[in-house]
Amino acid sequence: MKNKNIEHIISLSNDLRWQIGDEFHDNLAEGIYADAAEIVKDSVHKTDEKNKLRLDARIDKIITSKIWGFPIMFLILALVLWLTIIGANYPSSMLAGLLLDTVHPALKAFASSIGMPWWLDGFLIDGVYLAVAWVIAVMLPPMAIFFPLFTLLEDFGYLPRVAFNLDHLFKLSGAHGKQALTMSMGFGCNAAGVVATRIIDSPRERLIAIITNNFSLCNGRWPTQILIATIFVGAVVPNSFSSIASLSAVIGIAILGIFFMFLVSWALSKTVLKGEVSTFNLELPPYRPPRFWKTIYTSLIDRTIIVLWRAIVFAAPAGAVIWLISNVYLGDQSMAAWLISSLDGFGFLLGLNGVILVAYIVAIPANEIVIPTILMLTVLVTGIDGGAGAGVMFELDSVSATGDVLRAGGWTLLTAINLMLFSLLHNPCSTTIYTIYKETKSVKWTVVASILPVIMGFIVTFLVAQIWRLFI
Amino acid sequence: MEVKAKSACETCSHFNAEGLKRLGVNTTEVDFVVALAGNPNTGKSTVFNALTGLRQHTGNWPGKTVTRAEGAFEYNKEKYKLVDLPGTYSLLSTSEDEEVARNFILFGKPDVTVIVVDASRLERNLNLVLQILEITDRAVLCLNLMDEAERNHIEIDTRTLARYLGIPVVPTSARYDKGIPELIQTISEVANGKIICKPHRIKNIPKNIENAVQKLSLEIKKEYPEIANSRWIAFRLLEGDEHIIELLRTGEFV
Repeated sequence: MKNKNIEHIISLSNDLRWQIGDEFHDNLAEGIYADAAEIVKDSVHKTDEKNKLRLDARIDKIITSKIWGFPIMFLILALVLWLTIIGANYPSSMLAGLLLDTVHPALKAFASSIGMPWWLDGFLIDGVYLAVAWVIAVMLPPMAIFFPLFTLLEDFGYLPRVAFNLDHLFKLSGAHGKQALTMSMGFGCNAAGVVATRIIDSPRERLIAIITNNFSLCNGRWPTQILIATIFVGAVVPNSFSSIASLSAVIGIAILGIFFMFLVSWALSKTVLKGEVSTFNLELPPYRPPRFWKTIYTSLIDRTIIVLWRAIVFAAPAGAVIWLISNVYLGDQSMAAWLISSLDGFGFLLGLNGVILVAYIVAIPANEIVIPTILMLTVLVTGIDGGAGAGVMFELDSVSATGDVLRAGGWTLLTAINLMLFSLLHNPCSTTIYTIYKETKSVKWTVVASILPVIMGFIVTFLVAQIWRLFI
Repeated sequence: MEVKAKSACETCSHFNAEGLKRLGVNTTEVDFVVALAGNPNTGKSTVFNALTGLRQHTGNWPGKTVTRAEGAFEYNKEKYKLVDLPGTYSLLSTSEDEEVARNFILFGKPDVTVIVVDASRLERNLNLVLQILEITDRAVLCLNLMDEAERNHIEIDTRTLARYLGIPVVPTSARYDKGIPELIQTISEVANGKIICKPHRIKNIPKNIENAVQKLSLEIKKEYPEIANSRWIAFRLLEGDEHIIELLRTGEFV
């Protein structure tokens, strides 16, 4: 009985739809606007509407202008990175001094005083503890500076302006203009960037945005870039220019990442993800003075601590794995040494080495632990163990000491540059891979998004290495 | 809109201000469900944070919130679950990112829908407000970003606005925690039926459409007498919304 009535309603609605014609949608929308106009007429009074709008418009005229838009973007990027590099230095070495030079020996002494067996002591203190300590010392300061700065820019309302400036380029590469926003979020964290792609309606353009998000250097990779650039790029120029040189190198890598993002977007939209660029509108919100202290507080408490915690969660087992593969022997070689030597040849082709490749395998869960792993493994193969034993990430509290270890491991400027390139172009971290799967619900696209950047990394580092060796 | 007479003190939001407990993510056993809807970048997440004490990420760009966040607060011993919806300009289109918000207001049956609008862009924001008022008759207008409106020399007569819309209007500046006690008080009064809304219904539509809507809505009411938004369903049927037709057949939304 009920069903019959409902079918009656539905067929009645079909009849009525014919009667009122196809302007229904427009008529309804117009009706709503007319109502809104009436209400506003009676309840809103503007005494002097021009002033503030004029200021916003004036700022926009400069920030989004054809001439100044791009230079200002680069300038802001440079400023943020410069503050991060300069600001992170001091707290980093302080933390290293505390966690590695003071706490670590104290823990060792305590372990031996209670007669802990060497393997447990090594596994827990030299493996797990040191990995965690390293991640905190290397990661915390840059993140604690970068995240708040980024959030301040976000609160101010700068991101939509970036989208506005880059819209033309995205259109040319067949991608959605809102990808500028997801790309920007990726500079903080790729997993967050992938989730942010939900603002893109078209599935085709959303996939492009997801696959290319990894080309935004994330927070797990900024410290790697900064450290390696400081040690190797900064060293080839006179002292007074070294911070400018390393800053330019890091910005260069970031911009190269943006270039690859456009290139891959373009290639995808011309091949497997063909289609029209969809139109959209994005409001340029008014500039809002950021609530400075509130922003600093929340981005420290939320983002920084959460991301750091994630890094620690992954670093602890990684430290254990590193210690284990360094202390478990296959024949006369440790597993780590065996792995490294078997990958050394391939590494050489790429201008890298076996240590770096093993480190990237160990660091799939989190990019944050790449540098600590490289250092520890380098110490292992070069045999400069500082008396700490195999598989120990020992104390390197200054940038130059870190450089000495790496040079002893056979590193050159080429190794450093290619590591920076490979850090940009390799698989996303496991969290991001999982997020990509959750968002796309497709194994195929998850695999593409994970493998494509590694292949690109191999190709780019290979080419750079071959050309470098031909000419230098 | 009728407000029951009370002593001046009791109606003052500060009288009860200490009755607020921010409960964060603890959303079990709630008495009321409150939805936060509104255009993109009007400060929904900021209002959400101010009410729940959570720190949902906020940002000055449209589309920052893409997932549905939930939190809770307790006010005068009653527990409220608050759902922060992604911003939408309209409920009429079929785009995917609007679906979360639309479905929740339609089918999640919130006890109160708080519509957050940008006070300095009221006319544009009213488009969504008027649509939501077709769906629900328990709503509060949160006139947010009042600080910006003031800076822009925009004056809003909240009483006139409330009279037109038929729902309470609360001016706020959530970024500076201004107007939040008043907002909570109003939410609780609407939730408890102390304020009865008489929401505005869209008027400026051609006669033939209005007739068709009334005819349909009457039939729907006959079938489902308890339904509050028969007019909205009539709109959707005339639009040919397959989803609604399907739901009508299964009777799921009742």
